[in-house]
Amino acid sequence: MGMDRREFIRLAGLSALLGLGGKGALEIVRPGQAEAAFEAEPKALEGKRWAMVVNQKKLDEQTAAKCLAACHRVHNVPNYKNPPDAKLALDPEVANRYEIKWIWTEHFHNAFPGEEHDHLADSVKAMPFMLLCNHCANPPCVRVCPTKATFQRDDGIVMMDMHRCIGCRFCMAGCPFGARSFNWRDPRPYVKDQYPGYPTREIGVVEKCTFCVERLAQGLMPACVEASRGVLTFGDLADPKSPVRELLRTYFTIRRKAHLGTNPQIYYIV
Amino acid sequence: MADYKNEFGVFAERPKVPKKIYDAKYVIAGLIVFFALATFTLWPNLGKTIPAPQPKLDTPVIQKLAAADRKCVLPTPEMRSTHMQMLVDWRENVVRSKEKGAPGVREFVTPDGKKYLASLTNTCMNCHSNKAEFCDTCHNYAAVTPNCWGCHLETGKKLAEAK
Repeated sequence: MGMDRREFIRLAGLSALLGLGGKGALEIVRPGQAEAAFEAEPKALEGKRWAMVVNQKKLDEQTAAKCLAACHRVHNVPNYKNPPDAKLALDPEVANRYEIKWIWTEHFHNAFPGEEHDHLADSVKAMPFMLLCNHCANPPCVRVCPTKATFQRDDGIVMMDMHRCIGCRFCMAGCPFGARSFNWRDPRPYVKDQYPGYPTREIGVVEKCTFCVERLAQGLMPACVEASRGVLTFGDLADPKSPVRELLRTYFTIRRKAHLGTNPQIYYIV
Repeated sequence: MADYKNEFGVFAERPKVPKKIYDAKYVIAGLIVFFALATFTLWPNLGKTIPAPQPKLDTPVIQKLAAADRKCVLPTPEMRSTHMQMLVDWRENVVRSKEKGAPGVREFVTPDGKKYLASLTNTCMNCHSNKAEFCDTCHNYAAVTPNCWGCHLETGKKLAEAK
């Protein structure tokens, strides 16, 4: 079978068009058939800039302990200091080094170094300060991550993709708040009751608080906020009517190490 | 041994080497031992055909489903060949949702319009709660070791019990 030049160019052009069009072309012929689509969950909580206000005036040891327990339970955070089995007991120094911190408490002079002085109010001195990832608006951990395992979401949450983390710990060096922990060993044996809906972590990855993105997607408040009974307030800073904006308008608030320019988004009412 | 001469010069006669293996018994014994060592892992399966794996589908959750509903999120042949790619897509969509420019999506819509939460632990493992008889049979057969289970829990069983 012969083919003249005109016929050849016509065929070549048509095939190129089909090849380039690919899925798009198929989409025009049979819309929605090429691939099953993804959709956003309808009930998810949406925000433009999530933030948290901690009302230290109302926070006591029991509430703090409840918040910590709630967070650590739903995220399968290992407990190296009180392992579930006596056989797994570690040297206290090692346990301290291995500690995984999503949310924890600290005294004022550790939480706000440089702000303390000799004549601090007794109440503030004794107060446990609720610390967690600040979800900075200008996060240094995101800037230093070589694999983009840590990234900032559109709603301001500084999120971790454990699948990409190579365990280089640059982010830990970058974070001025000590909000990141490294898995020096397989954490699974040290998770007391495995929470079925959430993964554990592996040896060699860094982890931190995620503002409970998985709960926000289900329309739930973060676990610590739910357990705190009003001590912690979570909301959208971009919305002037949100509870966090209400609190920030009413009370004087401080932030941890704000002078470093990371723009932390956890606000403390003292 | 006489020297010989050609147009290039005078050369020594090539030494006559007898055509035989020196220390033959050691060499042959050594070769036999080598081949035995190199192939002994293959002997148990010699001449046998290993049957293709039959992943089991008889989990409590699947049993409860009506016969018409007893299908996966995509047709079986597609799941068989591309579930790994689908899981990677789910992962990117869920974990990196709302990253700048990424769509915020956690739900997977099947071609016939059913919606599922895109989650290995909560969706896949909910029906396929028998990892050892389902996932592992094929993965072992194909000698692949996906590292999903380093973090993700095999909690389908627990979820099924809780429900």
